[in-house]
Amino acid sequence: MKSNLRKLFKVRGGVHPDDRKSLNAEFPIEDLPLPDLLHIPLQQHIGAPAEPLVRRGETVAKGQLLARCQGAMSAPVHAPTSGRIMGVGGYPAHHASGLSVRTITLKPDGEDRWIDDLDPVPEPFLLSPEAIAERVAKAGIVGMGGATFPSAVKLNLRNRYDLHTLVINGAECEPYLTCDDRLMREQSEDIMNGILLIARALGTTQVLIAIENNKPDAQAAMRAAAAKHPQVDVVGIPTRYPMGSEKHMVQALTGKETPARGLTADIGVVVHNVATALAVYEAVFHGRPLISRIMTVSGEAVSRPRNLRVLLGTPLQNLVDHCGGFTEEPVRLISGGPMMGQPLPSIRVPAVKGSNGLLALTEKEVRAQPEMPCIRCASCVSVCPCGLVPLEMAANIRAGSLDASVSLGLLDCVACGSCSYICPSHIPLVHYFKFAKGELAARQRAQHKQGETKRLAEARTLRMEEIKRAKREAMAKRKKAMEEKKRREAEAAEAEA
Amino acid sequence: MIEQNLVSGPYTHAKASVRRTMGLVLLALLPATAFSLYWFGWPAIFLFLVTVVSALIAEAVCLRIAGKPIKPYLLDGSALLTGWLLAMTLPPWAPWWIGVVGALIAIVVAKHVFGGIGQNLFNPAMVARVALLISFPLEMTLFTTPTPLLSANDPGLLGGLAITFGGAANMDAVSSATTLGHVKTELSRGLTLDQIDAIHTPWQLTWGDASGSMGETSALLLLLGGLFLLLKRVISWTIPVAMLGTLIIVAGTFHLIDPTRYLDPLTHLLSGAVILGAFFIATDLVTSPVSVRGQILFGAGCGLLVYVIRTWAGYPEGVAFAVILMNACTPLIDHYFKPRIYGRDRKGEALEYTDKKAGES
Repeated sequence: MKSNLRKLFKVRGGVHPDDRKSLNAEFPIEDLPLPDLLHIPLQQHIGAPAEPLVRRGETVAKGQLLARCQGAMSAPVHAPTSGRIMGVGGYPAHHASGLSVRTITLKPDGEDRWIDDLDPVPEPFLLSPEAIAERVAKAGIVGMGGATFPSAVKLNLRNRYDLHTLVINGAECEPYLTCDDRLMREQSEDIMNGILLIARALGTTQVLIAIENNKPDAQAAMRAAAAKHPQVDVVGIPTRYPMGSEKHMVQALTGKETPARGLTADIGVVVHNVATALAVYEAVFHGRPLISRIMTVSGEAVSRPRNLRVLLGTPLQNLVDHCGGFTEEPVRLISGGPMMGQPLPSIRVPAVKGSNGLLALTEKEVRAQPEMPCIRCASCVSVCPCGLVPLEMAANIRAGSLDASVSLGLLDCVACGSCSYICPSHIPLVHYFKFAKGELAARQRAQHKQGETKRLAEARTLRMEEIKRAKREAMAKRKKAMEEKKRREAEAAEAEA
Repeated sequence: MIEQNLVSGPYTHAKASVRRTMGLVLLALLPATAFSLYWFGWPAIFLFLVTVVSALIAEAVCLRIAGKPIKPYLLDGSALLTGWLLAMTLPPWAPWWIGVVGALIAIVVAKHVFGGIGQNLFNPAMVARVALLISFPLEMTLFTTPTPLLSANDPGLLGGLAITFGGAANMDAVSSATTLGHVKTELSRGLTLDQIDAIHTPWQLTWGDASGSMGETSALLLLLGGLFLLLKRVISWTIPVAMLGTLIIVAGTFHLIDPTRYLDPLTHLLSGAVILGAFFIATDLVTSPVSVRGQILFGAGCGLLVYVIRTWAGYPEGVAFAVILMNACTPLIDHYFKPRIYGRDRKGEALEYTDKKAGES
């Protein structure tokens, strides 16, 4: 007998931002019409960029492999629709920097013609775990919650860890975003099939689908889909940011903390997002690679906030146009949610695998204020889900003592932003932490480079000395041989004489 | 397309600001203050205004010297709060210059010399009170019985002006000791508690019909203000509960041992500035520890020191001294009492699960 009431464990800290989901939660997912051009970046995941396999002028079919996986930590990229390749070159990235990255530009032909050899699996649940992971890898699936970690790598964790529980993250704790909510309501059966495949690949015996209590419809839909499967439980978790943080969600469900610097797999749990589960279903059941995703377009500056099914590579401008454009100039353009999303330089950039939302926020929503001195109110300490003392870390970073901030726990920070959100002095604490992490990484790289340079220089000196020595020896040998020859010649001459 | 400075998220914010925090504290103080101003009449109103205005002027001058923008800092309400709290710890009929000197000590010496808001080690209002108490013991210990506005004893508007600014108070007519002061004096004469007549009933202390500084009387309204702050989450329960709890336990223990020499916990709780101290002064955000365990230790230390000073030291009242002494410990407490980091044990080592299968339920 499955009960809907499962004991939950206490998680420290957290905040309750205004969730603003009612702006778009009731709009069913719409298909965005085909755009004129698609810009498909070769890196839409953590790891090495994919390597292009197509040339300018080539015609491709929908779902055709455009760029292949390069190395163990990578993901391939497929054609989101049929059309002609316009070029492989630089295009502004879906990133705060707006820097140019290698991108394949595709002009859709409007036929939207799938490739012939889609290779769906008739009996997916008879596949071996290895075969599932392989298909997931081939489909280019990455963590769709925004982390974009190649999913197949996570599916192969069974080889190294003793796993018992699969947690499906349907928390969607970021304000505004409703794409996972809509997916769960509209495609619960498909998601459930994806979940079962992931569980099979991981070899876990228990599945927990965690959904925040502000999404009762999604909970009901998933409960209905889970009814036939005794090993699957739908768990309502408190609506509190950052409930969707993987380590904190696992703590709420199991009562166990993931060891510092470790993975949830260390305590036998693997977490996947609901949208990832759907992508796995599509890949295994129908043989379709990851070529589209659901995005929430919202914010008060957007005329008609909506949830859209978007082909990867679609310029964000198309999404905004479809939603009726801007009612006013937004002060912030955000990819993802307002808590952990990143600012975008423009809406020219394309939609990518990890982008779950596009927010155009007004001044009223951002509530930015000038920074004031810290009054040590300790709000940041009480909301920190990681048990850190943000005010002290920031003070150390400001004073330039990065090492002190590390010993205070800088590297245990998950950058959830609860501290910055609550700070009455409007101190951008997360900004300090990200700066320090970047600075530390740069230092480490510099140190590594220095070490490598030294190693190479020393190796070169050794090599040179070796060559010199070899030369000297050869010379001495030759000399010796010459002398020997002379001596023998002399001896021969003597003998003749 | 859009000019935006590249500051990291979140791109939304709680409705929180320094001004809101300070404003809520002032709001919580308002009922007790208004009642006390009515209770002690015109001289108290003048002294209150003089102290608050001096604090604001001192703040503005200091900000100017420090080269900080005056408007946002002055409007954050912190100087207003400091002046306000200081005024509540002064004898209501003290001369005007006590308020001015106190405000200058609080704002200039205790706050801006340390670097302004957020940087001070000690609670500015308490530093000022202690400095005044040591420097001007006579003016700082002359208390009056309440002379409510429009009552028979009310000196009136002009009389009030004369008392605050002209030094015309005929203190003999109205002077009266505080409960704690009275007990201290009598005990030092060798009397035991059962031989001493109580000068105020607990009810008088609760309601405020007793001599003392404005923040010492009306324990009830101060308590309500404190509960309001708790409700609004401006302060947390840790410091008040630890401080009051410790005081009650220690006072109760000694009272049980020898009721003739040690006051009962109720009197300790209701007289003097314990309620004001526990909810408004020890909880001062800047000068108290940031972690829960640190705050509990800090509050307990305050409660213990209050009792020790009241019972065995030379002063009848010890909240200001206790808070300042514990303020001095705050950096040390913060250093040693940090929250446990997620995924680590108290020593900071990564958690290890010896039983690899322990996670299975």
